[in-house]
Amino acid sequence: MKTNTFNGIKARLGGISRRDFMKYCSIMASSMGLSTGVAPQIAEAIADPAKRPPVIWLHGQECTGCTETLLRPSHPTLDALILDIISLDYHETLNVGAGHQAEAALQQSMKENAGKYVLVIEGAIPVKDNGIYCMIGGKTFLSMVEEAAAGAAAIIAIGSCAAWGGIPSADPNPTGATSAPVVLKGKTVVTIPGCPPNPYNFLSTVVYFLTFGKLPEIDEQGRPKFAYGRLIHENCERRPHFDAGRFAEKFGDDGHRQGWCLYKLGCKGPVTHANCPEILFNDVGGGTWPVGTGHPCFGCTEKGVGFNIPMFTQAEIQNPTPSAFKAPITADHPSPLTIQGAGLAGAAVGAIVGASAIAMKNLGSSSSSSDQSSKED
Amino acid sequence: MKIKRRDFLKLSAGGSLLMATLGPTAALSNTEKKALPPDAVGILYDSTLCVGCQACMVACKQANKMPLETEDVYRRWDNPQDLSSKTLNIIKRYQDGSEATKDQEQDGYAFIKRQCMHCIEPSCVSACPVSALRKDAKNGIVSYNKDACIGCRYCQIACPFNIPKFQWESTTPEIVKCQLCNHLLKEGKYAACCSACPTGASLYGPMEDLLAEAKRRLKLEPGVYANFPLNRIGPDGSNRTTSHKVGQYVQHIYGENEVGGTQNLMLAGVSFSKLGMPELPDEPFVRLADGIQYAIYKGMAYPLALLGALIYMIRKGENNGDHKDKA
Amino acid sequence: METKQPLGGRVLTGPFVFFLILVLIGAYFAAKRFTLGIGAVSNMNDGYPWGIWIALDVVIGTALACGGYTMALLTYAFNRGEYHPLVRPALLTSLFGYSLAGISVMIDIGRYWQAYNIILPWHSNLHSVMFEVALCIGAYCLVLWIEFAPALLEKMKADRLLKKLNRVLLIFIALGILLPTMHQSSLGTMMLMAGYKLSPLWRTAFLPLLFLLTALIIGFAVVIYESLFSSVTHRLPLETTILSKLATVTFWCVLLFMVIRIEDVNLRGYLPLAFDGSLVSNMFLLENTFLLCGLFLLMYPGNRNCPKLLFLSASCLLIGGSLYRFNTYITGFDPGNGWQYFPSVGELCITFGIVAVEILGYMWCVKRLPIISVPQTS
Repeated sequence: MKTNTFNGIKARLGGISRRDFMKYCSIMASSMGLSTGVAPQIAEAIADPAKRPPVIWLHGQECTGCTETLLRPSHPTLDALILDIISLDYHETLNVGAGHQAEAALQQSMKENAGKYVLVIEGAIPVKDNGIYCMIGGKTFLSMVEEAAAGAAAIIAIGSCAAWGGIPSADPNPTGATSAPVVLKGKTVVTIPGCPPNPYNFLSTVVYFLTFGKLPEIDEQGRPKFAYGRLIHENCERRPHFDAGRFAEKFGDDGHRQGWCLYKLGCKGPVTHANCPEILFNDVGGGTWPVGTGHPCFGCTEKGVGFNIPMFTQAEIQNPTPSAFKAPITADHPSPLTIQGAGLAGAAVGAIVGASAIAMKNLGSSSSSSDQSSKED
Repeated sequence: MKIKRRDFLKLSAGGSLLMATLGPTAALSNTEKKALPPDAVGILYDSTLCVGCQACMVACKQANKMPLETEDVYRRWDNPQDLSSKTLNIIKRYQDGSEATKDQEQDGYAFIKRQCMHCIEPSCVSACPVSALRKDAKNGIVSYNKDACIGCRYCQIACPFNIPKFQWESTTPEIVKCQLCNHLLKEGKYAACCSACPTGASLYGPMEDLLAEAKRRLKLEPGVYANFPLNRIGPDGSNRTTSHKVGQYVQHIYGENEVGGTQNLMLAGVSFSKLGMPELPDEPFVRLADGIQYAIYKGMAYPLALLGALIYMIRKGENNGDHKDKA
Repeated sequence: METKQPLGGRVLTGPFVFFLILVLIGAYFAAKRFTLGIGAVSNMNDGYPWGIWIALDVVIGTALACGGYTMALLTYAFNRGEYHPLVRPALLTSLFGYSLAGISVMIDIGRYWQAYNIILPWHSNLHSVMFEVALCIGAYCLVLWIEFAPALLEKMKADRLLKKLNRVLLIFIALGILLPTMHQSSLGTMMLMAGYKLSPLWRTAFLPLLFLLTALIIGFAVVIYESLFSSVTHRLPLETTILSKLATVTFWCVLLFMVIRIEDVNLRGYLPLAFDGSLVSNMFLLENTFLLCGLFLLMYPGNRNCPKLLFLSASCLLIGGSLYRFNTYITGFDPGNGWQYFPSVGELCITFGIVAVEILGYMWCVKRLPIISVPQTS
């Protein structure tokens, strides 16, 4: 990317230095598992105002935590994102206008940008009783999602609520809270689960779409593979403690203070797919993720784990590998000798010996007859 | 009928004399080593290079789709304690005293990888009544065919390394053993344990190359840095090497001559008996059993002659009219 | 002149019911083995892949069933007609012994539904001792049934068929001697393959010969034992004269065995191993003590004519000979690596059940079929 081109957009990006901007693009590339050679391409895409995609952001059953989480990243900052990288046309938290004005803007954007806009869904969608449990401007959220999805170029479900149901869908689920991929069956929905999700997983997906004009590779649950391809357990900094069998037994004990594995405290890392231990949170350096701070992972990104399995219940390990301890040269096989076995074997030997002894005793008394018979012969 | 003192002594003395002459002859047999199959492949395991990472065990389980084996109530680890019907290869650890130095017999520790040795003259193949275990005529891999196996477990009795394992808990049990990943050969891949090994401790390749490499290592000066090939050698080798300090080798290639030679060679810094490898003669155990069977049953000549003699004797007795009614 | 005739009497006696219960218990564990796998009822493991089902039911069981073999050998091959009264009862126990050894094998082998692979030429491995043993035992079971057929045919009064059979019976009698000679020696060859895992007190190139000799010793001893035992239980006159002659033959066999056995261990220099106080060495001593006791008891003609001592010596030889075989297959076998073996309750119950079937069968047969020779009372 040429320096003069960059200078033209420098102001738009809030006075960011070129060096920082390129660094940001490289980080973005690497967090998506792309080679850093893609960074200039990403930079180009972000810098080009013509490429700014219109974004429609809908809120359903949620806590706005996902929007909140976007306040955290420092590259880019939220204002840079919404003002310069994307064109945020509708977002219920960040809208300047309100009421009919806002709804009109939504309708207009959908009409003008049909087939071009990115639809972001935050929160679960209640479907029970025709979706009456979440209404905006007199419409059910269900109908809004279906309407907006019809003309969307790409659909992203942010947060666990939108991705697989999250808290609203937890038992007994009185509103019939449902995830976006289920409501929009047949459409490709990229899911960014997490409570809240890591903002970079969302930003990277958006930037990927910007750069390549297509969505990143996703798994069968719609999750981008670059972010959710591996288990937390596989990349956890505390894994060596797990392999060596060093576990914190309770909060605040010696093992806990020494940073031992939190598996026994109910860590869901072994069953949860996410890149938390690799990219961390809040851009403040090492250890800033739940396990890093001494709290077991509770599996927020994983369907059927977070909000479903009790927090301190131990997880089932998938694909266990050998521990750090090796088998000894001579294996310690259990003794097969049982009292019952020995008793039974002894009884059998006794019975044979006894029967023989009795027979022998009887032979003694009849020996005279045998002598007779032998003489007869 | 009387037992004469004379007869008693005669038999005792005669028997002893017979034994004295027969004994040594019975022990004398063909000790010539059998040649390797033409395209024999195998593994060279170097205990001094092994770091005990167990990547080979993980790779083996994946490549052969073997189930988890654990005694842990939480099922946290796959931690087999021995080879079993669920584990085809295993890294075992020798340890002594303070366990301070690697590859040292006293106050040290060492690793050993156990798996099928793919003997040049395999006892299991000779023992199997239905040829369920076969040694490939080309690459020498000893493989198992469950459709032939009757589950008699004679292979387990016969194997000097206790390698074949049996699925005791199954109603349709099979014999389980390392087959040197011969199912991967078609895909152009090779033994998973060797392709996973990060240090070159498990090295796959043609037997001649492996033996030459083993001999080269034994000649290296201990303590200096030398290059060791990684993963695979030979014409299809990986051409990758790693630099490593040469260990204090025991000057013995385990498997070069043991029971007639094996296609799994081993080098170590600790005596092999400490690592749980049996001390074996160069002559395979199958030779003696085979020799006796061969001597007696060659062409079924002796049994048929005996049958003829028996029929003759019985008929003679019959004609003498001693026992008209049979049985 | 004496004739063979059914002993008659009630079949459903107290002992009969007792053995029937043992059979049912065995059947329960056998059902468990077939529905849950061998591991569910047995303590056999990858170190000791052969337990008592092989060592007791097959290796010792077929030796105990060698009465038919030894009697046929004496009566027909060596033309000793005087042993004839002993042939049929011996044949009956052989028939049961071998048939049930065959059933034991089917319980023991893991992939029994493929057992027929042994006779398929493209699977057969002519190098395998196991192949030879399996084939011989299978064939001998068949031969035994044919040899025994006259008893059944007599009962059914199928005289024409009996005549036809008598014409070809010669070949089957010859086979009935050849086949046990082959497989009883091969049972010894079999354990040669175990190599260092078998203690040097038992591992020798003479294993086949020693196994053949124990088959003869046990075969003779069992005939003596059985004859005396059933004389007592069925209140029959004793056959001491024949038995004492048989005892003389037995004596020479035991003597030959002992000479080879001890000299072999001695010449190979392993005799000190017998006195190191371990379980293995003590079992070696125990085994040979029993055999020597039997040998010395038989040495004196007075003893051979006394039913009591004859019975005692036969018992000693049975125990000693069986111990020799048991030690070769189990006690003397040590695969190393910490493996241990002791039969489990289920395993024992299946073996007991099989033995019980044998006894039940014998009990029924002697009462209903012409087996035992009863002297004509004048």
